[in-house]
Parts: sequence; C-alpha cells; structure tokens
Amino acid sequence: MSIDDLLAQILSGLATGSIYASVALALVMIYQATHLVNFAQGELAMFSTYLAWSMIDAGMPYWGAFFATVGISFVAGMLIERVIVRPVENSPVLAVVIVFIGLLVILNSLAGWIFTYTIKTFPSPFPSEPVLGQHYVSAHQLGSTAITLAVLLLLYVFFRFSPLGLAMRAAAQNPASSRLVGIRVGWMLALGWGLAAAVGSIAGMMIAPVVFLDPNMMSGILLYAFAAALVGGIDSPGGAVFGGFLVGVLENLVGAAIGSELKLTVALVLIVGVLVVRPSGLFGKVHVTRV
Amino acid sequence: MALLDVASLEAFYGPTQVLHGLSFSMQEGSITALLGANGAGKTTTLRALCGMVATRGEMRFAGERIDGRATEDVVRRGIAHVPDGRGTFLDLTTEDNLRLGAYSRKGARRKAETAADIERMYGYFPRLRERHRQQAGTLSGGEQQMLAVARALMLRPRLMLLDEPSFGLAPLVVQHIFDIMRTINQQERVSILLVEQNAAMALELADHAYLIETGRIVLSGSSREIRDNDAVRRSYLGY
Repeated sequence: MSIDDLLAQILSGLATGSIYASVALALVMIYQATHLVNFAQGELAMFSTYLAWSMIDAGMPYWGAFFATVGISFVAGMLIERVIVRPVENSPVLAVVIVFIGLLVILNSLAGWIFTYTIKTFPSPFPSEPVLGQHYVSAHQLGSTAITLAVLLLLYVFFRFSPLGLAMRAAAQNPASSRLVGIRVGWMLALGWGLAAAVGSIAGMMIAPVVFLDPNMMSGILLYAFAAALVGGIDSPGGAVFGGFLVGVLENLVGAAIGSELKLTVALVLIVGVLVVRPSGLFGKVHVTRV
Repeated sequence: MALLDVASLEAFYGPTQVLHGLSFSMQEGSITALLGANGAGKTTTLRALCGMVATRGEMRFAGERIDGRATEDVVRRGIAHVPDGRGTFLDLTTEDNLRLGAYSRKGARRKAETAADIERMYGYFPRLRERHRQQAGTLSGGEQQMLAVARALMLRPRLMLLDEPSFGLAPLVVQHIFDIMRTINQQERVSILLVEQNAAMALELADHAYLIETGRIVLSGSSREIRDNDAVRRSYLGY
C-alpha cells in the first residue's frame, strides 16, 4: 500500500468514523442517563432518514428536509421516552432491553412496510466532484465530517456551558439530588432521548448517500458504534467520539490490508477485545464497589 | 399562621410503616429540632416533607398543601433539603454543584443573581472558593457538608431541612457549620428544621424541639424545656 493510499484510507476512515462517533455519542447519552444501551438507536436514525427522503422526494429542498427531520426526530425521541420507555423505567433490566429490541424490530418492519425493502439512493447536499483536486476525499466525506463535527461541538458546548445541559448531566448522575434542587428528572431523560434521536437522524442522513437507504442500513453502523462506545468507555462522551474515529480508521485500514470481507469482524473483535482486556474502555470510569 | 404544619403524618417504605400519625408545626423564622434515636423516623419525616416517600396525612407549607406533590414541586416552593449522605454531585465541580442549587430560579436576572449568590456562599465557606474548580467527589467530608448546605442556600429557601449535618465530621467543622446556620437564620430569616443525633448541639442551636420515638412525637417544647426534661437528659444528653 502506497503512502497515498494509506492517507486516503485514513481520511475516508475518519469520515465514516465521524458517523460512528455520533451514533456512539447518542448511545452514550442514553446510557449515562439510564444505564441502558438503546438497541433501537440505529433503527431510529434509519427511520428519520426515510422521513427526510420522503420530504425530499415530495419536492422539499434538501436543507429544509434536513432541519425538519432533525426537529421531528427530536420530538419523536422525546415521545418514545415518555410513552414507551417511561412505563418500564423501573422494570428489571431485561424487560427494558426487550422493549428496546421490540422497538428495533417494529421500526425496521414499519420502514419496510411503508417504504418497501427496495434500496433507494439518498442525495448528498455536497457537490459530487472531488475537492482539493485530489482523490483523497470526496466532497461528501469532507462535508459530512464537518457537519458531524459541528454537531459534536454544539453538544459539547450545550452540556458544558448551558444551565440546561448542566441539569441534564446532574439528572443522569444523581436523580435524587437533582429533584432536591428542583430539576424535573423525567423531562431531562426525555430531552436526552430527543437529543440522541436528533443526533442519530443527522448521522443517518450523512451516511445514507454512502451506504444507500434501506431498512437495514444502520445495522452494521450500530455495531461499529457499539464498538466505538465500548472502546472509548460507555460512560464517556468524549471517549465515544474518539472511539468512533478510531474504529472508522481501523475498519478502513484492515479492509484495505486484508480485504473488506473482514471489515465487520473488526468491530466484533474490538468489542470482545475491549470487554476482555479493559471493560470500562479507554476513557471510561473504572467502577469500584466496596464489599 | 405556622410556616409548616404537619398533621397525622404516616409514612411507608413499601409495606413497612415508619411514621405513625406524627403532628408538629413550626413558626416562620424559627429553628426547630427533631430529636430521637436511630430509626425513630427523623430522616423519614424530612423525606416525607419533600415527597420522597409514600405518605398519608396532611402537610402544609405557608398554608398550602404539599403532601402528594412531586419532590421538585415542593422544592420550587422554597423548601431546600440537605439530605443525609449530603447528596453531592460527585463528578461535577464544586461551583457546578452550587450553580445547580439555583437551577429552579426564574427571571431575567437569574444569571447575575446566581453569580452573586455563589460569591456569598464563598464568603460563608472560604474553603469552597479554594476548591471551586475541583471535582466535588474529591472534597473532604466536611467540605462536602459545607457544599451541601451552600447548595441548599442557593435556592434562596424559606425553609431549610437539615439532615444530620454533624454526621461523621470533626467537632470544629460541625461548630463552623452550626455557626453559619445561626447566621443564616438570623440575617436571612431562613427557617430551619434540623434533624440531629447530637441532641446537645441541636438544642443549643434550636429554639424549639420535638422528640420522636418509633414514628410518633412523644415530647415537644422550647429547647430549654426539652433540655430540662429528666427523661431527655438521661436518654439523649447522657448526664
């Protein structure tokens, strides 16, 4: 592999990595608040992308459809938390996991039923000719990376500097104390779901031009996002983002070196490897229990 | 009118009843102590006031019913609760903990007021200023107790519920916290309902006290009357 190829692989790895990073971040946001992994995260993003597709298909301009989809996904995420997750909130973990998996299956079949399983093309808002006059990265890769990075930055600023972001972090960490300072913890959870769904919808719309749109488009991506979240540490937002980029690059390099059949295997090897060697991930907190 | 009026309060943890028809009241501006042995129901009484346990009976704050309300609604009426175990947000900085205390505050000047109040808290507890960027989980027990009191004050409460502020702390630290409580009560007219195992210290600070035994009030009166009660002296003051 020449240096040029290597560079190209790394850059395009970073581009897909940014997608994994945002889905991983969505997973982490919900994990931090509820200590549960939302298995339906990918299907939510897929469904949002179909929504955007319908709007664009009906003649809406791309960016109009983009922002409408993000907004609708946000509200839908909140509704799902309020209507579907809330009633099982205090049930055993397994019951909640079953609800998530149910949600996954329902969204998947619903998309298939409404939009058929035929693969659709999804437009990119970026020009199709390569930028920088080179073959390193396509304009879409560059543009989608920029958009996901902007989203990640916005989220960081929101959680780090706004009172609402602080309240959401507090509610995730210590619900009892949060209630005692007047935070409506239930709404913070719903808000978290809304944000996760919105971030997921952006990831879906950014990856769809690459993987094409079909009801199963997110299954592989969700797997990579899991790997990313685990590598970074499932309770560390920054770690998840880092993990996303790492997994993206690794996947590409391995694919180029030993063939693309093994790409998905990389994710699984990473998941198993991390769980065996360092279960809390690179940046995750090691939980110590007093006995 | 009493600031706080509790009538025939019963409280439950699942099927277990902990409070059996507790009644008491306190006046605005006063410091009232709830005394009693371990497991008598002191902490549960505070938790009941904040809607943190299942209850029956009537609780009124400034004339309005607060029983059956969600914790955050009770808090937003001006009742700040310093819980047992301090309730610190361990992963957040000291200053973020304080900021959260002012979360439910409304109005356009909210940001400026919060900043001013944080300064005020640093005035009361200079140690917190030194540690303002430090993760709250790394603070010592005494510092975390100061932080818990300061966080509660950030609400600008009318009534403050204090659960065992002396628990596990060095006497000097306890004395400091009690001094601040007295200052806050006198200067800011914050009423305080204090739960303490250290009856001697509690009676020194409080002007009224109730004695709880197995979920019932068995004795009430001014701090002086309680202190002079033979049974109390033998069982709780130890002389």
